Amino acid sequence: MIKIAGLSRTFQGKSGTVDALHNIDLDVGNGEFLAVIGRSGCGKSTLLRIVAGLIPPSRGEVLVAGDPVTRPRRDVAMVFQRPALLPWRSVRENVMLPVEIFRWPRAKHRDHAQRLLEMTGLEGFADRLPHELSGGMQQRVSLCRALIQRPKVLLMDEPFSALDALTREELAVELQRIHIQLGTTVIFVTHSIQEAVLLADRVAVLSARPGRVRELVDIDIPRPRSFGHNAHLEEVAAASAELHQLLLGEHLPETPAAT
Amino acid sequence: MTDKTTDAGPRRLWFNAGLPALGVVLALALWWLVTIAFGIEPFWLPAPSDVVEAFLRLPGHLTEQAGMTLMTTAVGFAIGSIAGAAVAVLFAASSTIERMTMPLIAAINAVPKAALAPLLIVWIGLNTQAKIVMVVLLCFFPVLVSTMAGLTSVPNDLRELSHSLSASWWQTFVKVRITWALPQIFVGLKVASSLAIIGAVIAELTNPDRGLGAVIVSSSQSADTPLAFAALTLLALMGAALFYLVVAMERILVPWTRAISS
Ligand SMILES: Nc1ncnc2c1ncn2[C@@H]1O[C@H](COP(=O)(O)OP(=O)(O)OP(=O)(O)O)[C@@H](O)[C@H]1O
Ligand SMILES: [Mg+2]
Repeated sequence: MIKIAGLSRTFQGKSGTVDALHNIDLDVGNGEFLAVIGRSGCGKSTLLRIVAGLIPPSRGEVLVAGDPVTRPRRDVAMVFQRPALLPWRSVRENVMLPVEIFRWPRAKHRDHAQRLLEMTGLEGFADRLPHELSGGMQQRVSLCRALIQRPKVLLMDEPFSALDALTREELAVELQRIHIQLGTTVIFVTHSIQEAVLLADRVAVLSARPGRVRELVDIDIPRPRSFGHNAHLEEVAAASAELHQLLLGEHLPETPAAT
Repeated sequence: MTDKTTDAGPRRLWFNAGLPALGVVLALALWWLVTIAFGIEPFWLPAPSDVVEAFLRLPGHLTEQAGMTLMTTAVGFAIGSIAGAAVAVLFAASSTIERMTMPLIAAINAVPKAALAPLLIVWIGLNTQAKIVMVVLLCFFPVLVSTMAGLTSVPNDLRELSHSLSASWWQTFVKVRITWALPQIFVGLKVASSLAIIGAVIAELTNPDRGLGAVIVSSSQSADTPLAFAALTLLALMGAALFYLVVAMERILVPWTRAISS
């Protein structure tokens, strides 16, 4: 579904050029859930924004469904770290925003919006304004707004990082359910090993400056997974430990992968 | 939230209407007391009763003059505000135009407007148009600046959202930027509403043929201080009314601002 080949990106900063991404190769299969994890500043957001077509790569290319990405596509939807809702629009109207901008017939998509709100437990809040909702609910609205595009690919940039720990868990479990239900291909950027292990089929661990794919880790734990008591505690612990090692290992003086 | 407002209904009424009214009454009482206690002549400082009496001497005349000032103020305010907002939108659409004309506009704005009043008479004539132009000049700039500030203050995540939806410039403008700018536009409108009255009075003092400014000029010539005070009071009432009209419009158009900024 997504093919990233030889992707590099540099930024011209005041203090010289920054190598944000260097020679990234990644293939994401249809319906796959790929988590991208790495230290702050290693280029995760940059990677996602290139895949979304928001900024161009310096070298290399990204293909989505076989076509090179040059600008934002309607079948690729993005969820940001902050909900980015329009404060004067009701929840329902915020969800309908992409429909309006794409000039799709409203009547055709109103039911879809309603179903998405039900799926995320927001049906009672459709006519509220965003400031009347909690942070977790606002982020759910922003997820609904992305899903109304019926995206083939969902790009999520630390979508839960501004929320408290319990809400994060709740939303992660919900996202897992939605992913199982819809089968959308997802690239999910996170700082949280726990979230990556819960959600991902594969985890791409990025190293910093320049950002490269340090390791791709398969997470072979049956779904649905949960944070609570499940039958796979050992696998969860093993996967978490491996990711932890990879992320911290970067700090060791001699790192074979960095040469 | 809704329960709380109904609970606190009488308290809110007292807070929003009762306290301001009490403030006005106390100020009037103090004024009255000072004039009586120190035996001040009405020529220097008329008591509230003298002012009311002066108004009742010429109610028709004063109301008519007030109506003229109000007309000048309102028309100039409307034209100036709409022009200011329109130019801000133009600047938002084209940074070339902005770069070319903004320094010029800022320089023109730096000229004290009161000094232009005699020139306006030379250019436009001894008529109401010249007075309206004065008001327009005063209202234009604050609305321009506040609208520009509002249009450029759209947060990054909303910009990125509309970019990721491939929204056109016009769609982004209509669906995001202009509404986002409304609270700041209203800041400019409130400033302009006060300046509008000042502009009208400056113009009327320069060419005192009609309006409350003319009443003040003629009453000071005949040493009728209470009449001048009656005119001033009407001006103050007019200014407050215009200001609160803008505030009321803001509450209707942007009910979400207060929820967000708190
Ligand atoms: N527009 C830009 N101009 C200059 N440098 C940039 C720009 N965007 C990102 N960078 C640089 O590129 C590098 C990667 O940034 P990026 O935002 O992708 O990191 P990240 O992994 O998402 O970090 P975080 O986890 O903190 O969100 C950083 O060093 C950053 O300073
Ligand atoms: Mg980031």
